[in-house]
Amino acid sequence: MTAAPDPGAAFIEARGVTVEFTTRTGHAARALDGVDLAVPHGEVLAIVGESGSGKTTLARTLMGLERPTSGEVLFEGRPLDYSLRGLKSYRSRVQMVLQDAAGSLNPRQTVYESVAEGIRLHGRARTDEQGRTETELVAAALAEAGLRPPERLFLRYPHELSGGQKQRVLIAGALALRPELVLADEPVSSLDASIRGEILALLLELRRELGMGVVVVTHDLGLAWNIADRIAVMYLGRVVECGTTEEVLTAPRHPYTRALLSVVPEIDQLEPVVLRGEVPDPSRIPSGCRFHPRCPALADGTADRAGVADACHHRPLEILPATGEHRAACHLV
Amino acid sequence: MSELLVMRDLHVAYRTGEGRLPAVRGVDLTVHEGEVVGVAGESGCGKSTLVSTVLRLQPKNARVEGEVVVLGEDVRTMRWGDLRALRWAGASIVFQGALHSLNPVHRIGRQIAEPIQVHEPDLPEDAVRRRVDDLLDQVGLSASRSRSYPHQLSGGQKQRVMIAMALACRPKLIVADEPTTALDVMVQAQILDLLRDLVHDLDVGLLIISHDLSVLADVCDRVLVMYAGRVVEAGRADEVFSDPLHPYSAALSGAFPRVGDPAARYAPAGLAGDPPDPRELPQGCSFAPRCPRAVDRCLEAEPPLVEVRPGRPVACIRVGEP
Amino acid sequence: MTATDSPPTAAPLSAAALTRRRRAASLRRNWALFRSHRSGLFGLTLLLLFVLLAVCAPLLVDPDGLDLTKATGTVLQHPTQKYWLGTDDSGRPILTLLIFGSRVSLFVGLFATLISMVIGTVVGLLSGFLEGWGARILFRITEWFLVLPFLPLALILATVLGRGLFNISLVIGITSWPATALLIRSQALSIRERPYLERARVLGAGRWHQITRHALPNVMPMVFANTTLTVAAAILTETTLSFLGLGDPTRVSWGSMLDSAFSVGAITTGAWWYIVPPGVCVVLVVLAFTLVGQALEDVFNPRLRER
Repeated sequence: MTAAPDPGAAFIEARGVTVEFTTRTGHAARALDGVDLAVPHGEVLAIVGESGSGKTTLARTLMGLERPTSGEVLFEGRPLDYSLRGLKSYRSRVQMVLQDAAGSLNPRQTVYESVAEGIRLHGRARTDEQGRTETELVAAALAEAGLRPPERLFLRYPHELSGGQKQRVLIAGALALRPELVLADEPVSSLDASIRGEILALLLELRRELGMGVVVVTHDLGLAWNIADRIAVMYLGRVVECGTTEEVLTAPRHPYTRALLSVVPEIDQLEPVVLRGEVPDPSRIPSGCRFHPRCPALADGTADRAGVADACHHRPLEILPATGEHRAACHLV
Repeated sequence: MSELLVMRDLHVAYRTGEGRLPAVRGVDLTVHEGEVVGVAGESGCGKSTLVSTVLRLQPKNARVEGEVVVLGEDVRTMRWGDLRALRWAGASIVFQGALHSLNPVHRIGRQIAEPIQVHEPDLPEDAVRRRVDDLLDQVGLSASRSRSYPHQLSGGQKQRVMIAMALACRPKLIVADEPTTALDVMVQAQILDLLRDLVHDLDVGLLIISHDLSVLADVCDRVLVMYAGRVVEAGRADEVFSDPLHPYSAALSGAFPRVGDPAARYAPAGLAGDPPDPRELPQGCSFAPRCPRAVDRCLEAEPPLVEVRPGRPVACIRVGEP
Repeated sequence: MTATDSPPTAAPLSAAALTRRRRAASLRRNWALFRSHRSGLFGLTLLLLFVLLAVCAPLLVDPDGLDLTKATGTVLQHPTQKYWLGTDDSGRPILTLLIFGSRVSLFVGLFATLISMVIGTVVGLLSGFLEGWGARILFRITEWFLVLPFLPLALILATVLGRGLFNISLVIGITSWPATALLIRSQALSIRERPYLERARVLGAGRWHQITRHALPNVMPMVFANTTLTVAAAILTETTLSFLGLGDPTRVSWGSMLDSAFSVGAITTGAWWYIVPPGVCVVLVVLAFTLVGQALEDVFNPRLRER
């Protein structure tokens, strides 16, 4: 009795998603505090933020690994079905590459078995239209992920692989299911600098060849500049700015985005604004605008002059809508 | 300006069950007072081995040849007593991965006090405590933090503690091994600012190791790029980053694109293959298998480090060729 | 992927063939590692000797020697040419009793361990891996059994169940599974949080798949190493129970020999041949299992090796 998918809806959507955890001390920590996000088909979206921003929690919630405390996740316009069968069918179309590449592979399984796992779980070898066997499907996935010739790696164990190879095996494992979207959590942060480009190029190639959408979670603005169509900047559980990559990174409107950009070492045109302190504890979200204790615009009087300083301290901002325009959650704009 | 650290023709090889593993193959390096020198390189390039020789901390199966002169004395031939005095009071190290370098069951204050107590055992307790509080203040932490345990601190705060520990005995030379890896961008900027200020205020010499060339370009005066145990390029940090002459430096520099540069949109730059296995170094130039500009000549011999411009030694036979 | 490697291999193999190859390769590797432990090899040799002894018992000594009615030797005679280890208080040759006694000790030891490991692994895995009240109940049961004092429990069970070989194995199995369960549980708890389990969930794996395909294989090495040590403990326990008179009265075991020896005052009369041989055998077998177990722990310890 499920309704037909809404053709106008985004592929995956988060509506007012809040995710709360109870800390050891008994306080409620809001990893996500109201997020609206729309992920269309075939697009590369970068979710950018520092630790404590909630970006990983958002990715996991979109994947169904966490259930929102309030709000909902929509898949093709319908609420995500959290039953075992519903999640399984969801995960045959949306996959995720987790953050810890080294730990994500079972050390006792060979590369073959790791990649074949998804194929076996979803019975892909039986239902393959081209009649390919499991071995052929595994080989195809590994080859697509850039590991050629794939047979040579079948019997290798994770500890015999380099960091880049491990990451490719994980991507192959996700690809084997032919998903329409892949969420990648920090896909290159643990890899050597010189091989980052290859993995990122692979993600772009998958989008080009297979029409696969990608959602990249990262703290690296340079990575977003390299491959993302759109960016959502997160701070302390909320999206504070979103828009196309060009808009957000060349003409940022939120003071946090501006500060982040200014400290990226390769930027010369922006005066570095090094924020004081660190991202606050998610169990103690500041009142009003959550960024106000560290906001340079508030500290140097810009907010005062614009007459919004009081609002910054006391009036919380609305959740940014999920649609396309370049927006920032700031009283100054 | 005095030379705090001089490495001359340093070679380090590990003796393992599988044979001889060359980790450092002829490196020259100098750090002066008040200078910040960077060593850029990825896994397997030998930079961690390099760092370990500064205070003779290399593993037992490492064979070191060449000179490592710290504050005027060769560390390799130093007597044990002198070495102990040098360790931490002459030169100190900020280790990679503050996560594992702090003892989880001791308070921060006690861990910072430890080297002080070792080197100045006659110092009374309250003087030690005051010094610890001063150090915490220098690195931007409040004195109350001395009563915290490591797990109560964030990544950035732990790194500051590591820096405070390195400063504890007032060394002249500090070596920082990947000080900002695994830290958030903003925290990274804070730590780099801190290091810059410390060098300026205390007139120490700083040697930073990192795989992130952009970080080094930001904070170092000079930078050396290492690959497979050798220096492949050196020069002023901003120049090496913005105008790399060796193909590997170009790749490292390109891996961190300039945000705002239209040429970098949808064009991630990287190298194929992996950094070479020190057990199986290729013939000729060790970078040739991955080099986009390699030709047959490159496989004949390891290219020598040659100053193609004043102050810019490069180990590539094709510099300047189209 | 890299250009510097050897040319590609022959036609792709089937999944089954790959699994076989992998298993064969890992077996070879483990055996090579085990072989490098001299103590383990020594233990293994000893073990094989005793197993051989137990299996070939009728070929080595005359089974009639066990029969009380056919005992022809002098009572408590010291070792002679005819009776290498002397005789017991009924005139039966000690050597015969010893060799046949090994059967009981080994059988009970192994069977009890089987019971203990099966219950312990299942309970440990489920209570460690699952969440909710089911897991909590299992854990409480484990703790409860752990706290119950062994000897009174064994006495009660032996009395209630009767004194056959099978029942004694059951008694030992029931009193020893909690230790295994606790060990397995803590392993399962740590495995549950590992990233590759999360990846399995992301790929669409249900709990059964997670437990059988990921948790169990990663727990098995510890189970193996623990098994050999459990056998050692089980044999000691059987000896103890038999010594206390709770063993199978119709069978001779090393424990029952010690029991008889003490009850006829073998120490005071100086009949050392009645006490020393069974004691030494128990020690040797337990030692053998322990050495093998320690070597196996080394082989399977995930921290020492990458696997």
